[in-house]
Amino acid sequence: MKKAALIAGLAAATVFGAKGFASDLFDRIEAGRYQAVLADCSACHTRPGGKPFAGGLPLQTPFGALVPPNITPDPETGIGSWSYADFRNALKTGIGKGGKRLYPAMPYPAYATMKDTDIADLWAYFQKVEPVTNHVVSNQLPFPFSIRASMIGWNWLNFSPKEFQPDPAKSAAWNRGAYLVNGAGHCGTCHTPKSLTGADKSGEFLRGGSLQSWYAPNLTGDPHKGLGSWSTDDIVSYLKTGANRFDIASGPMAEAITQSTSKWDDADLQAVAAYLKDIKSDGTPAPQPLAATDPAMAAGKAIYLDRCSACHNSTGAGQASLFATLAKAPVINSTDPTSLIRVVLQGSQAVATTARPTTPAMPSFGWNLGDADVANVLTYVRNSWGNAAPPVTPGQVKDLRAALKR
Amino acid sequence: MARKLPRKDVVIVGLGWTGSILAHELTDAGLDVVAIERGPWRDTATDFNVAYAPDELRYAVRKDLFLQPAQEAMTMRNDVSQTALPMRDYGSFLPGTGVGGAGTHWNGHTWRFFPSDFALKTHLTERYGAQRIADLQLQDWGVSYDEMESAFDRFEYLCGISGKAGNLNGAIQQGGNPFEGPRKRDYPLPPMQMTYAPTLFAEAARSKGLHPFPTPSANLSGAYVNPLGIAMGQCTACGFCERFGCANYSKSSAHTTVLPVLMRKSNFEARTECEVLKINLAADGKTATGVTYIDVNGETFEQPADLVLLNAYGLFNVRLMLLSGIGKPYDPASGEGVVGRNYCYQTNASTQVFFEGKHMNPFIAAGALGQSLDDYNGDAFDHGPLDFVGGAGINCIPTNGRPIQYRPVPPGTPRWGSAWKKATKQYYNNTLIFSSQGSSYATRGNYLDLDPTYKDRFGRPLLRVTFDFPDNDIRMSNWVSDRMKEIADALGGKQAVVGKQRKGWNSVPYQSTHNTGGAIMGTDPKTSAVNRHLQAWDVPNVFVIGASAFPQNAGKNPTGPVGALAYWAADAIRNHYLKNPGKLVEA
Repeated sequence: MKKAALIAGLAAATVFGAKGFASDLFDRIEAGRYQAVLADCSACHTRPGGKPFAGGLPLQTPFGALVPPNITPDPETGIGSWSYADFRNALKTGIGKGGKRLYPAMPYPAYATMKDTDIADLWAYFQKVEPVTNHVVSNQLPFPFSIRASMIGWNWLNFSPKEFQPDPAKSAAWNRGAYLVNGAGHCGTCHTPKSLTGADKSGEFLRGGSLQSWYAPNLTGDPHKGLGSWSTDDIVSYLKTGANRFDIASGPMAEAITQSTSKWDDADLQAVAAYLKDIKSDGTPAPQPLAATDPAMAAGKAIYLDRCSACHNSTGAGQASLFATLAKAPVINSTDPTSLIRVVLQGSQAVATTARPTTPAMPSFGWNLGDADVANVLTYVRNSWGNAAPPVTPGQVKDLRAALKR
Repeated sequence: MARKLPRKDVVIVGLGWTGSILAHELTDAGLDVVAIERGPWRDTATDFNVAYAPDELRYAVRKDLFLQPAQEAMTMRNDVSQTALPMRDYGSFLPGTGVGGAGTHWNGHTWRFFPSDFALKTHLTERYGAQRIADLQLQDWGVSYDEMESAFDRFEYLCGISGKAGNLNGAIQQGGNPFEGPRKRDYPLPPMQMTYAPTLFAEAARSKGLHPFPTPSANLSGAYVNPLGIAMGQCTACGFCERFGCANYSKSSAHTTVLPVLMRKSNFEARTECEVLKINLAADGKTATGVTYIDVNGETFEQPADLVLLNAYGLFNVRLMLLSGIGKPYDPASGEGVVGRNYCYQTNASTQVFFEGKHMNPFIAAGALGQSLDDYNGDAFDHGPLDFVGGAGINCIPTNGRPIQYRPVPPGTPRWGSAWKKATKQYYNNTLIFSSQGSSYATRGNYLDLDPTYKDRFGRPLLRVTFDFPDNDIRMSNWVSDRMKEIADALGGKQAVVGKQRKGWNSVPYQSTHNTGGAIMGTDPKTSAVNRHLQAWDVPNVFVIGASAFPQNAGKNPTGPVGALAYWAADAIRNHYLKNPGKLVEA
């Protein structure tokens, strides 16, 4: 008996000994905790109300469901048996322990640009979180996507691991911002349009992407549908508090703000803003707005005045801290109206941050506005007060309504 | 058998205005607080949805947000010679229920009482002699206006009250209420943009030498961020305040000023749809051990706590004290006892002036958007040659032009048919209404107790209300009606109808949800249920907060003083009680 226990103990020592690289220093662990905040690991790997990092809710990808695994140091069901090299490899190359190919829903194409020191800090932190026994079956994709080896081809087509290279011609803040946006912050995972294989479309960085029936808007310096009209402070305020003088976050961005960006250092948010302001737009000029005499515009205006203007104002000005400004708002002018349709159908509530605890909400109008009503009112909003964007069709509303029911 | 739950530092009964403020203050002090609310959870986004909030049939006619008699009824009578009968429907007043309480569906008039109101008995005795008030049971509050000033100020800044100071540190301000007590600083927001009818009213009043001013309003004149960091918006004057929750984040209530911050605190918990059955006392009867409550599934729990705060609507604070055996019940025959004593109400009368060719546009309205005057309120005028004490504010506050219930027509108009339709069309836009809101002074015979016959769904006796308008108050109100007639005459118009209050309080038609007293504050445990800090004299770890503490009611809406009393009690608990739990005042 005694001998058996001793052997088991030795085996365990071998497994846990693999963690030798991890530091117990407070500074390292704290730095790693901050890296986990920057990378928003908990957004996917923590179930709402669940133990931190013990595995998350299924992610619905265009290819099927993936469940974010348990990344606590539990040796059986988490990453307790991983070495630092396994961990680094996963982030840098998308290849986990034992050569297991990760799917890029785990944004390793972004994390691959992270510096080794930051990855080592992150590793130090993850060694110290509470180990939780929770067995997760990550891969719930249908055949053929369920074959992890298919990622070899995907990586060959879409992924060239490369650490971030600073641009000496730019400021330190710009470079820090570029590092965060491209790396840990993985902004492009949502905000860059995707190809058929789900990879970033080359040359369209941060020009707006679709996911989970939301549209993540254009973050380039485009003055019409991007962030060109937002000041650095506007961007910082949005990321820090969930709102700025124009806009109030909704959907997945609202979650990213509560769990991640609201906890970033101010200097890092300033750096992100400096970098985003400098990203070139696609150069296309703003379209001409629809004529006020267009039947959809006339119908939409009547609905707007009746249902929307009490909060958003008859001039689309909204109300600071409570109701989003619609006039000249980049998200209103997005080419893709998915998020706008969704918010009208389902409503949206602002997130609570320490700076902005109010959590004002827009109610759902899906139950008492028809597809044509929603389309018309959005067409009106998208072509009034300086806005100009393609009209919304009843078909788009109908399709999204159906998608949201699934 | 009640299931006993883990102990809390504080249990709060009722999560309305005062419950939310006390919970916020005491969680800030580091205490672990649970609030038990018998109504449902409600918040702006979910429950006051702008797409259906202005539903007059649902909220104003069918009274969707109010307490239903099936949950708790009351019995009522005018005097002890009658047998009280239970209400089948609430009428004269409409108690709230649910998170936010009656502060959800109020209009938003936010007053400070006059300095003389707080020392009423002393003040009137000194000015007119004891004989003048011999028929009344007036009492001082035990706290002065000056002591309450900062509490008023904090409540007004919590709410973002829109108004114009009339007295800044003793200096009378043009355009404000010249009769108000001195305030240290102006209101947080300027007055609301005035509508037409109150503008006409103010012009007429000024022509008579009176001093109208914009009513202090909890409907906000502009965007505001309160000291807790919670944002509110400018009122859109939709005219759906009283009986409605505000969909626009522009009427102050617990939802729009406290709860977003309170609900984020880890040391606070709200349990809704849980009704407190009684406060539990230790064997000595001098210490509360917590409360017993029943949840929506009918399961009974005991919640032990070091401190029990009664923050229900005033009438229910009184009933819970009576049901729990806290304080000696009041007996009108002997005039002894304290719980149920000095129940007061409000003495109102209304005036309609019918015009031709006007455009009053009554649909542009808000609950507190109007003009008021205090020339005939409280003791702002000399009662020497008169045969009453007290007074009334006169208010022109057109709260709504709602399609179902706002149909003013001159007397003599048929109640239905084509003549009625013609008249409603003619007068909808041509009627100016103003009213007097008068003081209600305590008498020996007006009181609250437990009904000997009728019981609630849990088998507990109902509250019995014994009330009629005292002769003094009728004389006061009728005298003020004559003053209203003078203003109506100055307004011109085709016809003026001036109402006069009469004896024989009728519990059926709606009058006012300003029920006060029953657990009044004071300096003598023989004549008050709670001391000047709202601490129960007999059970010092119970505080009773609300309009139940008013020794008598002034000619003003009570929410301002209720909010101020919440801060006043919170200060007493934070600054004195917690440091040395026990009686804050030795009798």
